[in-house]
Amino acid sequence: MIEHFEDLIVQTTCRLLIPFIQLFALYVIAHGHHSPGGGFQGGCILGASFILLCLAYDIRRAKQWMTESLNSLFCCIGVSIYAGIGLVCLALGGNYLDYSRLHKILPVDPVGARSLGILCVEIGVGLTVMAVMLSIYLNVASGGRHEDALK
Amino acid sequence: MEFLISKYNYWVYILLMMIGFYAMIAKRNLVKKIVGLNIFQTSIILYFISTGMKKGATIPIVAHGYGGGAVCAADYVNPLPHVLMLTAIVVMVSTFGVALAFIIRIYRAYGTIEEDEILAKEN
Amino acid sequence: MKTVGLFIVLLFGGLLVYGTIDFPPWGDPDTPASRHVSERYIEKTVEETGVPNMVTSVLADYRGYDTLGETTVIFAAGVCCAILLRRSSK
Repeated sequence: MIEHFEDLIVQTTCRLLIPFIQLFALYVIAHGHHSPGGGFQGGCILGASFILLCLAYDIRRAKQWMTESLNSLFCCIGVSIYAGIGLVCLALGGNYLDYSRLHKILPVDPVGARSLGILCVEIGVGLTVMAVMLSIYLNVASGGRHEDALK
Repeated sequence: MEFLISKYNYWVYILLMMIGFYAMIAKRNLVKKIVGLNIFQTSIILYFISTGMKKGATIPIVAHGYGGGAVCAADYVNPLPHVLMLTAIVVMVSTFGVALAFIIRIYRAYGTIEEDEILAKEN
Repeated sequence: MKTVGLFIVLLFGGLLVYGTIDFPPWGDPDTPASRHVSERYIEKTVEETGVPNMVTSVLADYRGYDTLGETTVIFAAGVCCAILLRRSSK
């Protein structure tokens, strides 16, 4: 029978490390322009930090830090940001996802508007990937019943 | 000899692909079949990345940034396979997650995850 | 079943190795995959998008529509897992 074994060293180490892992993930998303990285990679690291929280502690305690409704909200907001930016570009007179049209509402030239558009869609992608990775782990690891899961 | 050196990377990926393919068709356990699918997809991803390589080229990030200056296409590795394989990796993860969810439901319905026992219970 | 599977795998493996005779050699900069549109992406990425990372600019700007489909795929996978497995604890 699997039993829940609380280890002090594992819990303390994870509590110290997880904020730095999340900071590194945000760095990877934000520096996707200049170094290898971007939305998918940073979102995976961010999702992995929450899965580490679930492994070190109980799923019940991890869900106090990242509730299920907040997780679903992040999942939907990410896709909405991406599609919404495309619609904004369409409304400003260009093609769908034609970021150079954003120079009409932002104080930059068309090349800078494309760079900013890329950054915004990468943030959306990162949010969705983080939320979906945590959601798939919670559902598969607990077999559906999050409150009755041991770890 | 030249032929061997210039083509052996494709043969290694074909070997990986065939290992995954054998696991998918010949194993009885459902989880082992899904692991074979994962090996197959990984070998395809590695194969595509290897087709974009150029001799003496560096990673696909422009070194001088905004400084201007000409960019020679033969100095940088082809970025298109990297982009397409990012999509392939995400599809791999999604398929794996949904397949594991299906295997849990099959276990709840039939009590086993061996393929021939499930087929025997169906008939 | 296992011997039939082994025979099929060896047959397909042999056919694929026979197919690699016509493949371009490893590291050749003149392969058809590395010319035409890929050269344009490498040369024009900084002056058209302002992003030095070619992979990000191709992923999110030149092929941005595919990445939108990609994000929808992973969203759909998360929803599928939740539909199949999620039950209440009563």
